[in-house]
Amino acid sequence: MPFVSPEEFAKQKIAAIQDYSILSWQALAALFSKPRYWSDIYTQMDSIGVGSMPIIVLTGFFTGCVLALQSATSLKAFGAISMTGNLVALSMVKELGPVLTGLMISGRNAAGMASELGSMKVTEQIDAMRALGTDPVRKLVTPRLYATIFMLFFLTIVADAVGIAGGALVSVTLLGLNASSYFSATYRALEYADVVQGLTKPLFSAFIIATVGCYFGMSTKGGTQGVGRATTQAVVISSVFIIIVDFIVSRAMIGIFGR
Amino acid sequence: MANDLLPQTNPSQGNPQNQTEVVRFQDVSIKFDIKPVLSDISFQVARGETRIILGPAGGGKSVLMKLANGLLRPDSGSIQIFGEEITTMPERDLFKLRARIGMVFQESALFDSLSVEDNVAFRLHEEHVPEEEAHVRVVEALKFVELEQAIHKFPSELSGGMRRRVSIARAIISRPDLILYDSPTGGLDPITSTTIIELVMKQRDVSHTTSLMITHRLQDAFTLAMHRFDPETGKMQPIPNGGVDESTKFLVLNEGKVVFDGTTHELVSSDDPWLRAYLS
Repeated sequence: MPFVSPEEFAKQKIAAIQDYSILSWQALAALFSKPRYWSDIYTQMDSIGVGSMPIIVLTGFFTGCVLALQSATSLKAFGAISMTGNLVALSMVKELGPVLTGLMISGRNAAGMASELGSMKVTEQIDAMRALGTDPVRKLVTPRLYATIFMLFFLTIVADAVGIAGGALVSVTLLGLNASSYFSATYRALEYADVVQGLTKPLFSAFIIATVGCYFGMSTKGGTQGVGRATTQAVVISSVFIIIVDFIVSRAMIGIFGR
Repeated sequence: MANDLLPQTNPSQGNPQNQTEVVRFQDVSIKFDIKPVLSDISFQVARGETRIILGPAGGGKSVLMKLANGLLRPDSGSIQIFGEEITTMPERDLFKLRARIGMVFQESALFDSLSVEDNVAFRLHEEHVPEEEAHVRVVEALKFVELEQAIHKFPSELSGGMRRRVSIARAIISRPDLILYDSPTGGLDPITSTTIIELVMKQRDVSHTTSLMITHRLQDAFTLAMHRFDPETGKMQPIPNGGVDESTKFLVLNEGKVVFDGTTHELVSSDDPWLRAYLS
């Protein structure tokens, strides 16, 4: 990597933040004026949402299983093994469901977006689209952004549900708990604020996944090597941002709802 | 069929003073980072003219083509297309202007997730042209490039020459007033190159569309300048008595500067030592 002066480095980073902000704003605003590409939005919903179902179900289910298994050891020491349901439900809905779903979708879809748009960029397909009178932000970025926001919300609900189900399976089969008392405990543990917190996080995560993935894709330079670099950067940066924003949203929600 | 591909010009559009000028570059300069790519480029292209852009690789020819379509913006200077200044034009207005411009990219730039039909009809779909009409126009455009049998194929199933022809079909389907060919014969074998040049010639002589064409092959440039398309035989033929096509002119770039701007006769009779060495 060539050495650049601190001034040049700072300028490059500020320019990148500016470009990212402009792209994000244009992609968000494009839905509120014509032309709108609804068919592309539905196609992306299918690819991002339905296509990600298997990994989300598996991740959520086994996270719930291992959560029940690990927490039971500690809870047993306090004679509170019946609280396993509470712990699994709160952990899944408030934290693990949204964050793990965000990270999994980031790995699958931010990478996919960066590599797909990056390949289009280096083969001049993005320029060809502009030359044919079509705005690539409207046609390519906006559908991915809204499809990710819409589908990640529901994927998180699915992850939460199968996580609780996984915890139930372990609790009943391995820990000897009663199924109805487990589900009763999970139901009683959750309050309105927990659900709101758990379902606010995917909105932010989805925005990060789509905008970071598309930004690195649209700014790809340097052929196939550049596509690989853009893909890696998209996954790394979106994953880190998801965890940082998760902390900020958690703190804000605790401030608002008091839990 | 060829009449269907004639450009639909609207004389009321653009600045009346520049009605005969389709493209006008005035002192255009652009640099990437600190490296100047084009310096003080000035030239005009008249309506119906075919301007061949020659020059060594890395001389800024493709950048010039992207500037002409508003895909890049210059650091200084003025670019007028159809009499409209495009250097300060908002991107949204540029999208409308580009409806009158067709562009053939160096590596075809076909959308690899779309079939040949959807690639060629891309602009028609964007304009919400009814599906039946779009199909008829796609077939017409593919017949023009003699590739109607490939309508259901995908770009990955086509050879380099076929992709280039699909790219030409995509550029002409909207009956543009200006076509930009960025190295349409680059990387092709001589026989396929001649086929592509024949298509460019056909568009020039049948539709009389204004065009800019970059080429690295002098042979292609002079074939275009010294032949004419015969609609009766469907083949190109040499212009009798060693004549040249008057609507075909040359622009030669070297290291980001214009080193020649003129007709075929002026080019071959130039005394400029660099130009003579380049042409030999």
